[in-house]
Amino acid sequence: MRIVHTDQIIQNIKEMCIEANYQLSRDVEDCIRNAFDQEDSVLGKQILGQLGENLDIASKDFIPICQDTGMAVVFLKIGQEVQIDGMNLEEAVNEGIRQGYQKGYLRKSIVSDPFIRTNTKDNTPGVIHYEIVSGDQLEITVSPKGFGSENMSRIYMLKPSDGKEGVINAVLETVKLAGPNACPPIIVGIGIGGSFEKCALLAKKALLRDLNEAHKLDHIRQLEEELLVKINQLRIGPGGFGGRTTALGVNIETYPTHIAGLPVAINICCHVNRHVTRVI
Amino acid sequence: MEKFIHTPLNPEEISELRAGDYVYITGIIYTARDAAHQRMFDTMMDGGQLPFDIKNNMIYYLGPTPEREGQVIGSAGPTTSSRMDKYTPLLLDHGLKGMIGKGKRNDQVIEAIKKNKAVYFVAIGGAGALLSKKIKSSEVIAYDDLGTEAIRKLYVEEFPVIVVIDSQGNNLYEIVLQSC
Repeated sequence: MRIVHTDQIIQNIKEMCIEANYQLSRDVEDCIRNAFDQEDSVLGKQILGQLGENLDIASKDFIPICQDTGMAVVFLKIGQEVQIDGMNLEEAVNEGIRQGYQKGYLRKSIVSDPFIRTNTKDNTPGVIHYEIVSGDQLEITVSPKGFGSENMSRIYMLKPSDGKEGVINAVLETVKLAGPNACPPIIVGIGIGGSFEKCALLAKKALLRDLNEAHKLDHIRQLEEELLVKINQLRIGPGGFGGRTTALGVNIETYPTHIAGLPVAINICCHVNRHVTRVI
Repeated sequence: MEKFIHTPLNPEEISELRAGDYVYITGIIYTARDAAHQRMFDTMMDGGQLPFDIKNNMIYYLGPTPEREGQVIGSAGPTTSSRMDKYTPLLLDHGLKGMIGKGKRNDQVIEAIKKNKAVYFVAIGGAGALLSKKIKSSEVIAYDDLGTEAIRKLYVEEFPVIVVIDSQGNNLYEIVLQSC
């Protein structure tokens, strides 16, 4: 067994919350800057230019990229040869979030109860997903998720006969309904298969994948490419003011499913698609 | 067309703005988002006094990040306006003249904008660091207990926005979709 102490987990999650909110990953930033070069709408191009400028100011002046610094979604891949020492793991993850959001001057956006809605004032709790994998390492991903785009996400329980066309229609309907609300240009994470909750989790995981990395299965990669073209043909454009850049990327994750079903979840993310991964 | 306006808003100037105009705002504006709207709405329904005079003034749908030492405000971009739709017609009927947010508004809000000759502006979503540079002072004036959702009085200089719904009810999002 390899021992990992929760102090190490707290320290890393704290740093990752801050890093994610001040600096986008290379792939997302490159997509925004490339989109500027290719945009044909005057207002759309102006907005993409300002989004690039916004990224420069955020890293230079230590101002979060977006004021919605999100609900902290944390993925833990725990090697089955890892022993975690110290405090309770869930408490440790939330302590890391607490310290990150306080030390990083990040917004506290979490309310303790969906109806009573009292702000917890430290952005906890996060949403934590645990996965047991082989090996002796612990992989942590922190993905602060803004709710302007989260609110525009949807799940469809399609029939097997709906097939690929049904999936395409569901995605296009979701993107159209989101329109300017989700802060386009967006990134579209799609989960297909599994069960009701599994496809939602796959959609969230799809948002974590590098935008330059295509799906390893040919028919899924082709569907990603087809969807990106079709979404951009909607011409919602940057800010919803028209143009060719409605989405920067479409990532799909799939899983085996039931003979009777074709679940599809579409998780929309704005251009501030934040995620940081570290292996301890 | 590029235009420069000052707050408090001049009703005549507002009626001349058209969907698609790129406008730079200078002057005092007030922040309020979900929880502050709920409180203001309840106050008005009870016949109470609002924490600031909304007549010919403007609300910015904003909950900023905390400011560091030496900064006026943290990241300060717009939040999604449609969550305020339930409360907006009443505020407009009481004299509110403009809103800054992002995204679509419902039919009731558009009707209230026309009726009251008001205007709905959109700022760039997800450009909170850039927009914070246009805010020159910030002071919490009400609902301090709401944290980021408190009402702030901001002084802004040439704050960049786009007219999306003008006083005649023209809607830039609709115009854009029809033209392609």
